[in-house]
Amino acid sequence: MGLLRRILKNGRAAESAVPTDRAVPKAGDLGGSVQVRHVDAGSCNGCEIELGQAFSPVYDAERHGVRLVASPRHADVLTVTGPVTVNMAEPLRKTHAAMPEPRLVVAVGDCARDCGVFAGGHGVLGPVADVIPVDLHIAGCPPRPEQIVAVLRGLSGR
Amino acid sequence: MNPTGTALITALLLAATAALAALVFPAAWRARVVGTLVAGTGSSGVWAGAAALSGHGWDADLPRLLPLAGMRLAVDSLSGWFLLLIGAVAVAVGVYTIGYAGPGGRGAGSRPSLSLLPVFVGALLLVPAAGSVPTFLLGWELMAVTSLGLVATEHRHHAQVRSATVWYAAMTQAGFVTVLIGLTWLAAAAGTDFTAVRATAGVLSPAVKNAVFVLCLVGFAAKAGAVPLHPWLPRAHAEAPSHVSALMSAAMVKLGVYGLVRVGFDLLGGGPRWWWLTIAAIGALSALYGIMQAAVATDLKRLLAFSTSENIGLILLGVGFAGLYNVEGARGLAALAMAAALLHTLNHAGFKALLFLGAGSAVKATGTRDLDQLGGLSRRMPATTMLVAAGALGAAALPPGNGFVSEWLLLQSLLHQPGAGAVLAIAAPTAVAVIALTAGIGVATYVKAVGTGFLARPRRAAAAGATESPPSMIVAMIAVALACAVLAVLPTITLPAIGRIVASLHLVSPPLDGGLTAIQLSGYTTRFWPLWLAAAIVVVTGLVAVLARRFGRARRRAVAWDCGDGPLTSRMEYTATSFAEPLQRVFDDALAPERDVDVTHHEESAYHVQAIAYRQRIPDRIENRFYQPLLRAVERLGLAGRGLAPGVMHRYLAYMLTALIAVLLAGVIR
Amino acid sequence: MTSWAGAAAQLVLVGVLAPIVVGVTRAVRSRLEGRAGGRVLQPWRDLRKLLRKPPTSPPDAGIFFIAAPPVLMATSVIIAVTSPFITTVLPAGSADLIVVVGLLLLGTVALALAGLDTGTAFGGMGSSREMTIAALVEPTLLLSVFALSARVGSSNLGTIISAAASHPSTVFTPASVLAFAALAIATLAETARIPVDNPSTHLELTMVHEAMTLEYSGRDLALVEWASALRLTILLGLLANLFAPWGIAVSGSAAGLAIGAAAFAAKVLGLATVLAAGEVFAAKLRLFRVPELLAGSFALSLLAVLASYVLA
Repeated sequence: MGLLRRILKNGRAAESAVPTDRAVPKAGDLGGSVQVRHVDAGSCNGCEIELGQAFSPVYDAERHGVRLVASPRHADVLTVTGPVTVNMAEPLRKTHAAMPEPRLVVAVGDCARDCGVFAGGHGVLGPVADVIPVDLHIAGCPPRPEQIVAVLRGLSGR
Repeated sequence: MNPTGTALITALLLAATAALAALVFPAAWRARVVGTLVAGTGSSGVWAGAAALSGHGWDADLPRLLPLAGMRLAVDSLSGWFLLLIGAVAVAVGVYTIGYAGPGGRGAGSRPSLSLLPVFVGALLLVPAAGSVPTFLLGWELMAVTSLGLVATEHRHHAQVRSATVWYAAMTQAGFVTVLIGLTWLAAAAGTDFTAVRATAGVLSPAVKNAVFVLCLVGFAAKAGAVPLHPWLPRAHAEAPSHVSALMSAAMVKLGVYGLVRVGFDLLGGGPRWWWLTIAAIGALSALYGIMQAAVATDLKRLLAFSTSENIGLILLGVGFAGLYNVEGARGLAALAMAAALLHTLNHAGFKALLFLGAGSAVKATGTRDLDQLGGLSRRMPATTMLVAAGALGAAALPPGNGFVSEWLLLQSLLHQPGAGAVLAIAAPTAVAVIALTAGIGVATYVKAVGTGFLARPRRAAAAGATESPPSMIVAMIAVALACAVLAVLPTITLPAIGRIVASLHLVSPPLDGGLTAIQLSGYTTRFWPLWLAAAIVVVTGLVAVLARRFGRARRRAVAWDCGDGPLTSRMEYTATSFAEPLQRVFDDALAPERDVDVTHHEESAYHVQAIAYRQRIPDRIENRFYQPLLRAVERLGLAGRGLAPGVMHRYLAYMLTALIAVLLAGVIR
Repeated sequence: MTSWAGAAAQLVLVGVLAPIVVGVTRAVRSRLEGRAGGRVLQPWRDLRKLLRKPPTSPPDAGIFFIAAPPVLMATSVIIAVTSPFITTVLPAGSADLIVVVGLLLLGTVALALAGLDTGTAFGGMGSSREMTIAALVEPTLLLSVFALSARVGSSNLGTIISAAASHPSTVFTPASVLAFAALAIATLAETARIPVDNPSTHLELTMVHEAMTLEYSGRDLALVEWASALRLTILLGLLANLFAPWGIAVSGSAAGLAIGAAAFAAKVLGLATVLAAGEVFAAKLRLFRVPELLAGSFALSLLAVLASYVLA
């Protein structure tokens, strides 16, 4: 009964919906259903935490039809964080190749755009755009969950 | 002479001709000639069986053929059923042997092997046709000896074949001795002729009937491969060449069931309740133990052999419950249970023959029986894979396979039990639970066999080099698959024949009607349309596939998702051992696997490990618990017996003197 | 004629309702967990998008991988058409309960063989676990069939449901309650829900059903997801109609069909809500504890059988 009491006491934890990012081109035939597969190509995990928060009860991207999936075969959108390290370049390419068309790549965070604070590092290959074609960037170090949800909402169209 | 007699005599003559041909023809032609003649034998057997089932019984007396008692042949509808079954399997095996034995002249194509094969088939046809005790025993022993020779075909190549032959020889002869004692006791009490026995069975004392029944039960259950008399079965069926395994598993073990039905129902005219409870209990034990061992077996043919044990268990459950219902007076339900058991013998003969022939094809192409090393055969041997999958569908008792139909009938006979009596009230739900658990584990077993043995990528080099089998083998398998398909969608064609059989066993006709396409229990709303169900599955699947192709985008081929760090090697595929591991854990207490871990340390430091060797074996616990002590006791007895013959002449002279004095005393005292 | 109309109505209703049932379970879970959650029609949007994407096959996979989604769909469709959900007036009478259990198992086997056909480790793992669970659920299912059929003397679904509809008092016997409990646990195992399997997990080592479908994409995945939703709806519908058959149409009239459809939708959605609420309070069991749960359900079904003999 403790859990039930806590459910009734806490009520709804989700905040009101984030307005959609109008600058995002609506991804046409996704029609309100976006499955996201995430790859960490070598980040410090700061963006991962914010991405995790975007799917948490507070920001809840799922209400816009966005869901995280385990296999790239099930995914439409590939989110990549971090500069691409030497060891993760090939796995990133393979993940992208495993996704069926139509597929989009969203680079999350400053490191994914231009390697951020890791530029010139020993194990760093380059930004994500050097390895796979990128469709969208989300700026920030790390970007706020509202920014991430706004972009995903724009992709979904709901 | 009526058609049954003509066909049976033709079959036996063709068998003899084939045996002679094997001795005469050179290696290049041997397999072809013998195979064709064996197929001819089988066809005549099928004809004889079909004729007997349509009402043409046949009797023949040949008093001079055997000394002292003569030979007597009598074919009625029960014999006809088994003649049909054996003949059909023999046709397929005959055609298969043409390709399997090949023109090499070695192994399965050698003179001894190819001459024993037709004699084996002839003996298999003789046993159900026997009309007197000596004929039956002759046929039984001939069958045992010829199959022993066939099992030993490859004894030069593998040591396990020799061990399997010894086990098979010992157990089959022990079974024969038990049947011999039982049947000769019966003959002494009631006469050698089966008709004489039937007439006198009513006046036999219950003690004699019980004793004969127990002896015959032991012997026939051993031949059928029922647990706990099964240790010969996985060994012999695995080590024998595959066409022989098919004959043994599909045809020979059914003669154990034939013997039980003939002696229990027909000759002795039914018996007290404990007879049938014992048969049902043996059936339940065989079903459960057989399928558990099959589920964890990694040798393909050992898996199939234990599955035979399981199906025999289901058949014996049907026979046992038929007897139980008969004792309670519910003759219609007894007929239904017997119909289910008989139909399952036929269905099992079909899918097990198909599976063993397919396994033989795969083993011949890859050189290994180990499921952990096979795989990838769906690309290299597509026909064999599809045919084995069809056999597995029947064996797993899934709709629309033929195994599902007989299992449905068996479950229906248990569901409608008359409700009177505590024994049935406990036995029927227990039997349903056993059948259900067996069916569930059986499905997992066959998914393992087909999935790890034939699909995905080859796990070792041997499987990678496989090529499709010669056309005669494929044709034989297709023929068996077609027979299974007919039995699956039109099982009602066997109903008139089954009706005749149960009438001859003094039961009423089974309460089944519903025309050609439906199985309906008379008086109940229970019905089932195998034909429409199979058609629906095929049509709807096709429709969904076609619509999806038509309205969707084209399929693309892409490397399997390997989480980014590939490539996937064949070592990363699930093996048969790993597939069965969760089931093995669940039944850990019953299976008690033996594990060995050998750790080799570095020579410089005992803290560093150089190599670890891990070995797991799942033993046959019943064999270890019952047979090993027995074998050790026999060995000790033998060793003790050697003490009687130390080689000292004085001792032997003393023996002779003692024996002489004992005989003289006995002559005087009497 | 009316029987075919009833069958068509059932097919359409079950087909349309199935993704909505999944949507309802997700919506209830998210509301109880304090989230906003997706809409109830979200699974339909997912299916629409997936149907438009191309399917992929690994190069080693053969006919079993490609044929599994249509076979899975076909078995679910056949059960939906022949089982009494809206009406008991169906072509050729209704299905036999043992045949329904067999068809469900056939669908499971098709997917398990597809998992092995991919040649990946996860596919094999999913197949192995799924077949173990299916093997252990089978005794519960068949013994519950026995308990339900022994009462009315037939394993025909139409007969069982009509008998229960005309004698409402038989629903509240101990045998019924025990059989309901046993079948409820078996349903959880067959449909891969908590506590047997977590349908929304991303960790492959915790997957059972999802692991077999990791390699599917596009319209193959759409068919597999839809068929899984159909199986959930079918099993919940059977559970509802076997034990609470009120509202089912016994004649072929249009009004009867409409009432039957409404009753079926209400019952299934209600059961789905209860299922989802239960999932919030429970956690997935360790794989090697699942046999204990299934053995418990087997014991319940055995008790149901004995109760139906002793008390009826």
